[in-house]
Amino acid sequence: MIDSPAIPAPARNYEVLPKTTDDGIVDGEYLEVAMGPQHPSTHGVFRMDVVLDGERVVKLKPVFGYLHRNHEKIAENTAYLASMPYTDRLDYLCSMTNNWAYALSVEKLAGLQPPERAEYIRVITAELTRLVNHTCLIGFLMQDMGALGTPLMYAFREREMILDLFESLSGSRMMCNYMRFGGCRVELPAGWLEQAKRALEGYSPFLDEFEKLLTENEILVARTQGIGPLPAELAINASITGPMLRASGVNYDIRKVDKYGIYERFNFRVPLGDHGDVYDRYMIRVLEMRESVKILEQALRDIPAGPIIDPKAKLRGFRPKAGEAYGRIEGPKGELGFYLISDGSPNPYRYRVRPPSLINLTILEDMCLGRPVADVVVILGSVDIVLGEVDR
Amino acid sequence: MLSPEEIKARAEAAVPGAKLDIVPNDSPSAQRSLLVDASHAVAVATFLRYDVELRLDYCSNVSGVDWLDAEISEKVKVKKVVDGVEKEVDEVRKTKRPGYLEAVYHLYSMDKKHGPVVLRMRTENRADKNHLPSLTPVWRGAEFQEREIFDLYGIIFDGHPDLRRILMWDGYQDHPMRKDYVEPDDYEYEPTPHDEVLEKAKRQAAAEAKP
Repeated sequence: MIDSPAIPAPARNYEVLPKTTDDGIVDGEYLEVAMGPQHPSTHGVFRMDVVLDGERVVKLKPVFGYLHRNHEKIAENTAYLASMPYTDRLDYLCSMTNNWAYALSVEKLAGLQPPERAEYIRVITAELTRLVNHTCLIGFLMQDMGALGTPLMYAFREREMILDLFESLSGSRMMCNYMRFGGCRVELPAGWLEQAKRALEGYSPFLDEFEKLLTENEILVARTQGIGPLPAELAINASITGPMLRASGVNYDIRKVDKYGIYERFNFRVPLGDHGDVYDRYMIRVLEMRESVKILEQALRDIPAGPIIDPKAKLRGFRPKAGEAYGRIEGPKGELGFYLISDGSPNPYRYRVRPPSLINLTILEDMCLGRPVADVVVILGSVDIVLGEVDR
Repeated sequence: MLSPEEIKARAEAAVPGAKLDIVPNDSPSAQRSLLVDASHAVAVATFLRYDVELRLDYCSNVSGVDWLDAEISEKVKVKKVVDGVEKEVDEVRKTKRPGYLEAVYHLYSMDKKHGPVVLRMRTENRADKNHLPSLTPVWRGAEFQEREIFDLYGIIFDGHPDLRRILMWDGYQDHPMRKDYVEPDDYEYEPTPHDEVLEKAKRQAAAEAKP
């Protein structure tokens, strides 16, 4: 094995650096602070090494790896199907979309085609997941801003109804492990669609109520408008995806671009932001939830009867032909992709997750420079990260 | 969307001296890739990003792949004289392929809404000649992903602005995603009646008693 070149000294937790003017006169001090890994605003075990000039950020380096368990290596040592439950643990708020991205990639690799009913179930569960994710994210964002409790509790109340749906469908509230290559695992339980329709009926009124509470709230507006702007060119160049990209005004939604699954059948719009600041990112998520409700209404109305799994799909002895495939979906946090290389054996030769949470953090420093520490917390909250996916 | 052959022709015409190869893909996904030599990779990448037809402004995914030394056997039809008659006979020809590390870039266009174009680069070997040019100056989205490949595979990206370990800790020596990586045997085993664990614990105790 080779040695790594020039490993820098590990960063200390607390450091005082002299601050010099251009003439070389020492004028005050910079302060280096480690925010995290146990800071409540970091949404998990994530650390930012921040250099401060008074209260202003002059440098910010994200530090990862506290939750690293080498998911990819584990997946390369097991059969294809055995990784399916493990994808639930990537972004543990959105197990259904993780399952779908993995199933989609394997279907591309092996040439499987899910039947129509399975596609509808996938759309329904994925959009419900998007509702869960965005609702919770707004709750967490408000929590970061100091609105302790109330918005988050409202968000969790609504999430509970969707988790009940997931539980009756898959047996588990968060770690659903529901999709299979070429379809879904089990048929919908009796009365599930009616239950889903009932839950959905309450969602638009809830969003109205939520927006009444938040959207024009003076403190929210003061804390978010103009904070952490992200120009569209930088967002594209830094591979930012999902609501963050669209808040900067770039029209790129993989549901519309790739038309994977059956998304082209549904009538929905892609909301776009104008300023790319934290407020736009909040607003985009509210608007996306409204579009998700529209998709769900259409899907629940049109879902046909039929089989839920491709008859060609083999659960045992599954060995795709040698080759490779990259599949991606529009996850709630951005583009979630899986890159698989098969060498014809039962295990994938290469299994790679494209984690939207990690890549969306690329421009965290650019958005935070010159802002006070309190804004860093809000900007990080608006990026929407889950550390299970960042560190893998 | 242009086919890999057309992209190859355009890129070779635009970047003097560049040589691209098309890597076949037999799976139903049929995503063929372009193999670019390391010395022209940055020029080719810049061309792909700014070319008016392609405009691949979005570098979605960067993965490392480790290919060990392998023996490839292919069936070749050889003309041979068998019992005085010339016949076509299948013969298995074995060739040795030295191992290498690979970086795979999946490129899309947000402008033209097409993709993916798959770009690959290969190192000369897995040990000392493990340098590749960094494409982070072209697509900043590759920054963390190239750091991750450096960390887990040990490819050194020349020209990367901040090449440090990202997931493993600073000072860690090995590259865990390599296919010949051996887990360090430093667990505190609790000997149980389980055969395999007992064996491992015994081996570890013997190794510890040695020095």
